[in-house]
Amino acid sequence: MTNTIADIETADVTLVTGSNTTENHPVLSTFVKRAALHGKTLIVIDPRRIKLTQHANSWLRPQPGTDIAWINGLMHVIIKEDLHDKKFVEERTEGFEALAETVKKYTPEYVEAITGIDADDIVATARKFARARVATILYCMGITQHTCGTDNVKSLANLSMLCGHMGKPGGGVNPLRGQNNVQGACDMGGLPNVFTAYQSVADPNSAKKYEAAWDVEGLSTTPGLVVTEMIQKAELGELKSLYIIGENPLVSDPDLNHAEKAFGNLEFMVVQDIFLTETAQMADVVFPAFCFAEKEGTFSNTERRVQRVRKAVEAPGFAWEDWKILCELATRMGNPMNYENAEEIFEEIRMVTPSYAGITWERIDQTGIHWPCPTEEHPGTPILHTAQFTRGKGLFHAIEHQPPAELPDDAYPFMLTTGRVIYHYHTGSMTMQSRGLNELSPECFVEISSNDAAKLDLADGEMVNVFSRRGKITARLNVSEKAVDGTIFIPFHFAKAAANRLTNARLDPVAKIPEFKVCAISIEKAA
Amino acid sequence: MGKEDIIYIDDNPFTFTPGETILDVAHRNNIFIPTLCHLKGTTPTGACRICVVEVEGARDLVASCAAPATPGMVIHSESKEVINARKNIIQLMLSSGNHNCAIRDFESDDWTSFQLKTLEADQYNELCPVWGDCKLQDLAYRYQVTTRHMPLSESKYPIERENPFIQRDFSRCILCGRCVQACREVQVNNAIDFGYRGADTKIIAGTDVPLKNSDCVFCGECVEVCPVGALIPKESLKAKTRFEDIKKTRTTCSFCGVGCQMELSVQDNKIVGINSAGRDVAPNNGSLCVKGRYGYDFVASPKRLTTPLIKKEGKLTESTWDEALDFVATRLNEIKDRSGSDSMGVLTSARVTNEENYIAQKFARAVLKTNNVDHCARL
Repeated sequence: MTNTIADIETADVTLVTGSNTTENHPVLSTFVKRAALHGKTLIVIDPRRIKLTQHANSWLRPQPGTDIAWINGLMHVIIKEDLHDKKFVEERTEGFEALAETVKKYTPEYVEAITGIDADDIVATARKFARARVATILYCMGITQHTCGTDNVKSLANLSMLCGHMGKPGGGVNPLRGQNNVQGACDMGGLPNVFTAYQSVADPNSAKKYEAAWDVEGLSTTPGLVVTEMIQKAELGELKSLYIIGENPLVSDPDLNHAEKAFGNLEFMVVQDIFLTETAQMADVVFPAFCFAEKEGTFSNTERRVQRVRKAVEAPGFAWEDWKILCELATRMGNPMNYENAEEIFEEIRMVTPSYAGITWERIDQTGIHWPCPTEEHPGTPILHTAQFTRGKGLFHAIEHQPPAELPDDAYPFMLTTGRVIYHYHTGSMTMQSRGLNELSPECFVEISSNDAAKLDLADGEMVNVFSRRGKITARLNVSEKAVDGTIFIPFHFAKAAANRLTNARLDPVAKIPEFKVCAISIEKAA
Repeated sequence: MGKEDIIYIDDNPFTFTPGETILDVAHRNNIFIPTLCHLKGTTPTGACRICVVEVEGARDLVASCAAPATPGMVIHSESKEVINARKNIIQLMLSSGNHNCAIRDFESDDWTSFQLKTLEADQYNELCPVWGDCKLQDLAYRYQVTTRHMPLSESKYPIERENPFIQRDFSRCILCGRCVQACREVQVNNAIDFGYRGADTKIIAGTDVPLKNSDCVFCGECVEVCPVGALIPKESLKAKTRFEDIKKTRTTCSFCGVGCQMELSVQDNKIVGINSAGRDVAPNNGSLCVKGRYGYDFVASPKRLTTPLIKKEGKLTESTWDEALDFVATRLNEIKDRSGSDSMGVLTSARVTNEENYIAQKFARAVLKTNNVDHCARL
């Protein structure tokens, strides 16, 4: 997030899009709901009639995969009605002319034809957003998990910059991170193209710096493969081994039938986890690891706040901490890695990571600190881009609408979109161990509108088969107010009816994120 | 600083900022004023009136939580009149329900009638589950309130147990409304509210349906703010002992990316409860969600992996660390030598700590010598 969670309540207008906030970020959603309760304007733009729409002043319903169009539509109106922040555009940005040229054709009527959103709603929303003293944008995987995910995000940044809502309290463009430490995993260089703090592996200076810090030679300056590419290479037989830590790609990855085949092709697979997940069952070696309550360390939350994790219980049996397993393995492979404890690792992180350099475990004992925090005297940075953007001036990207990779047709007439429910977490390896959570959400379901159910002559609670070009699952039909005609929602948690057997593995070309949010399916009564 | 922004509490002057209540000023200066219904950050309701104080010139005692400080106000926080009023309030509350804790002071010769009476109530044979951890009980002790001559009321409504997480015991509810405030003004889930009228008043979910059939999403905020034993986590009823050997550890939630600060209560190496780390602790300011608060069974699950496993003849078989580590080290070195570093990949995890992610990418880059390291940020 560019801003903080607490900041949300100070915004005049909150625009939430592609985020089922009350189910996926329940505590963060309380800030959004409280703002609405206290009279601030809440706009929800989402293909489903999610619970947050009940708190919103307005709900705009785009067809899945048409986000660039409505965002361009808002900007069209804002520029046409001269509502943009000219001072901010002039002083802090570049590329405005190209943007203005591109959005020219996105008239409210043109946008209505693509997105299904009423032209008048586009105009009214544009005015509300632009006229706000300060407005925040919150988004999540509904924006990113598309073949045009990167362009969707850039479009939201365009919209915020155009109105001068960036770099100030209550504003910003705020992705809501779905996993406890996804921010930290990225910050720590758990990505194929960067070391910690996003220092490029292709930059020979970074490589040199790390060779010195780690006392090794010959670090590769070739960016590596992202997970989805690794799976493709495994299928081709080019990737031989995969070492997997605390992840369950055999439920979470798109087009699972395909992924299973690829994993089967690996010569050697190691998994370290706390449970024998679907993925661990395929491994050649499984290492038992600690869970969060058993270890010391830090997580970085969605607002870039680095916070302490503390040991409360002893781990079961002969389990080890994840770092200790890797260090011992490295040592046995001939590259000794020795640390007394996790804090010693953090001290090394500080040395090579400018944005974490000023953070110590002692400083964050009670209250976490937002990076960047370059020195021990620095208070941390709750709000990014207050004076300038990372590259200096904020660059507008002129972007055209692109349709999803797969759209409904006669054979597969419905659109499928996937996500989570409040009572489960990701692939359920943790939450499905809870009797209570299982009682509240026992199984997979196929969320459908009453119109569509009637059309198919299906009743609530019936078992149905769902097909896509890639696979089939069987689950219970759930006729729901949340569903809009033509669009089906299935949660991806449940391995027994894994929604990802249906999803499309087509990727965004830049972020390499799969298009989980749109594919074409058909539904029929299960025999 | 002029006279206009000063109030006097128990003869001492204190400054205030406009908008502050008498209670705010008192608490900021560590002056004790008891509260039951007051919940920081929500609209004061003045429902319980336990926070009454004497304000010179006012006709009646004033609920300090709802009364704004005004210039020159002279306040007595524990005058005789205030103490009497508080005693009365506590006494009424104790007699309003099944508050069968030790502060009830019965005539020993009336023991049988007491037993008969309480037998009619739900959980007649159990002491209140929050005994010793109850704000009402604390106040009864503080003000030495006994209920010798007060009849015990029967429970009007049965205990609701039909959901996995929260037990609602209406016989112990003092109708302070904190749970309603928490649900409607903090979490804004709007699942519960006051229902019925007069002596029938009850906190109801929806149209008085069980929580699990209402808009409730079991965030448990109501349980955390309940000052008495009306709302309790069902899990806590299983504990063998209640306060002995409970160790509390502050940590960060491991589910979504909000990073809620929480406190794990541990007994016998087992998590027995989770609460927020407090209403003043960012980023969650006292709130949690159903997964964070109640979804901890996995930690002590018997399905946890406890030993390394090696696949032998297609079956994962238990092994020692030495054997498993040596096997993996040998195989990875072989593949590296034969097929090259870039034929290997590491998936690190958005679930593990920064320290562990750092070590994982270091392992990929410095040991395997490949940049094929990623995690499921996109999934």
